[in-house]
Amino acid sequence: MTTQLVIFYFFATVLVASALAVITLKNSVHAALSLVLTFFTAAGIWILAEAEFLGLALIVVYVGAVMVLFLFVVMMLDIKPESMREGFIRFLPVGVIVALVMLVEMLSLIGVKALQAQALPPNPALADGSNTAWLGKALYTQFLLPFEIAALILTVALIAAVTLTLRKRSGVRTQKPSEQVQVQRNERLRVVKMASEGKPGESA
Amino acid sequence: MLAEYWPILLFLVIATGLGLVLLAVGTVLGPKRPDAQKRSAYECGFEAFEDARMKFDVRYYLIAILFIIFDLEIAFLFPWAVVFKQIGIIALIEMGLFLALLVVGFVYVWKKGALEWE
Amino acid sequence: MDSVIALFNSFVNDWPNLSLAIGLILLPLLPLIISVAMYVWWERKVIGWMHVRMGPNQVGPLGLAQAFADVFKLLFKEITVPEKASTFLFYLAPLIALVPAMAAWAVVPIGDKMAWSNANAGLLYLLAMTSLGVYGIVLAGWASNSKYAFLGAMRAAAQVVSYEIAMGMAIVSVLILTGSLNLSDVVQAQAGSKGFLEWYWLPLLPMFVIYFISGVAETNRAPFDVTEGESEIVAGFHVEYSGSAFAIFFLAEYANMILVAFLSSVLFLGGWLSPLQGWGLGILSAPGWWWLFAKAFVMAFLFLWFRATFPRYRYDQIMRLGWKVFIPITIAWTFVAGCLAFFGGVTIGPGGTP
Repeated sequence: MTTQLVIFYFFATVLVASALAVITLKNSVHAALSLVLTFFTAAGIWILAEAEFLGLALIVVYVGAVMVLFLFVVMMLDIKPESMREGFIRFLPVGVIVALVMLVEMLSLIGVKALQAQALPPNPALADGSNTAWLGKALYTQFLLPFEIAALILTVALIAAVTLTLRKRSGVRTQKPSEQVQVQRNERLRVVKMASEGKPGESA
Repeated sequence: MLAEYWPILLFLVIATGLGLVLLAVGTVLGPKRPDAQKRSAYECGFEAFEDARMKFDVRYYLIAILFIIFDLEIAFLFPWAVVFKQIGIIALIEMGLFLALLVVGFVYVWKKGALEWE
Repeated sequence: MDSVIALFNSFVNDWPNLSLAIGLILLPLLPLIISVAMYVWWERKVIGWMHVRMGPNQVGPLGLAQAFADVFKLLFKEITVPEKASTFLFYLAPLIALVPAMAAWAVVPIGDKMAWSNANAGLLYLLAMTSLGVYGIVLAGWASNSKYAFLGAMRAAAQVVSYEIAMGMAIVSVLILTGSLNLSDVVQAQAGSKGFLEWYWLPLLPMFVIYFISGVAETNRAPFDVTEGESEIVAGFHVEYSGSAFAIFFLAEYANMILVAFLSSVLFLGGWLSPLQGWGLGILSAPGWWWLFAKAFVMAFLFLWFRATFPRYRYDQIMRLGWKVFIPITIAWTFVAGCLAFFGGVTIGPGGTP
């Protein structure tokens, strides 16, 4: 056993344990944080497999951005643990069916292929140590169309996010300094000519 | 390549250790005389009416979602920046198109007023 | 797998002794902690002078021991945990704030290939570590279960996240001109015969300014310190923290400030290269770590100058600056940088041909 394997098993153990914690912990903030740990250790394992760009991108995108949104939502939705357990029995059959379907899908997609897969030979493109460059070349020549489609999907996501969440609050007053300084005297002050009032009690 | 990541791993471990040591030292050296006033949350002077973990303006979620999208864009830019000179002018056009698409989305967000902060 | 094991073996040969490795890593962390202490002293002195005051001058010569006295005071103070707080997360938050602030230093080079880790993906690693900074803030605010802390945390999180985009784009623009994610390559690409005009601050001037200002906003420093705006929400996300738990937040914040100062020197100001490089002035033109430290010192001084000069931004102004000014400029300039690099507007360093 080399230290490298020890580190792999350490990461793998933490990964599985924290993944289990995500679905078992009652406190949803703790669960979300376990998911952060899961991603982090997964990134560690990827780097251990020499996929440094993927590993770091996992941290940047999932840990640094996606999970922040998760935490925002979980922290602010104010979900009480008791209310979450209410429908457990009622939703159990549906849950089991969904889980089974997903398991079958995963097996058919990954499992069957994995049985036939050969271990990849060491890639000569990686020998110089920069698999970012290798990935970039593949992405921007071979997979050009998927890349541009990804841009389109991101744009759709951008628009969808705005249409779904944006609510105009009415009755909010904001300062507009640019308009404030342009106010003219006669917009604010009106001098009215009127007859003088008599003393009280004295009829006109 | 991997050899360069061992120091990083050690850095992570040692930084965690340093934090733990500081917390431990503070716990050991500091006094422990909690009382009800000391342990109450910082407030204006009255008892808090409700839980501090309140619902928040949806705007914050929107910022987080927009951030994810732009972060992804940056993640796409990284491998591109490393190789675009070798691929040639086509890579420049590709990224121009990619950025242009996102700018369209960005302009939409802007015009819709999602970036206004009242 | 075999190649991985071979690489590991080479590591064992390079680092024969784990205790030696740990010693080598404590080596940057201890000076970092000491420089944080000195930086705090320097901040108080500088701001004192700018206010026509003395600043700390009682403890030790010139008040130099003041920072250390403060550290020991904090260590001997009680850590109060609010009644309704989530205790575990309450203690976890300062740790999570500290670790990325420290770990980012692993890839900062002080000379050619002179970094603890000369990782190929150094720039991406830095971005990854920066993006972790938001967790400490959010967790601290939420775990405290206090309104001021929570409000401060939410403000800080949205602000940090917004400026991270501009920061990431600025890093990408440097990468475009360098063609390599390695920080040593970034500095080497700025070498040349025209002195400081070779550095990236010139072709990437808007990005340089944006990077540094985003750095100020990322570390929640004045004038972007609405999270701790004492007149509105007291100390923001760490209002409930005391004793050494607070000291850790403090340490992380100042370590991050020094990191931003170093990184803006490395990315845009030629790192350890001399500003008079290529002019044949002997020792003045020679590269060396002292140049990097001098540049970082100037950038770190800017933080303090900003704090003493600018009034605090309003929160909507902060968000406007981040989203409506910085992000459009960075997107446009990223494309400009691409064209510059492609059509040969700037001399490109050794990177780009892996």
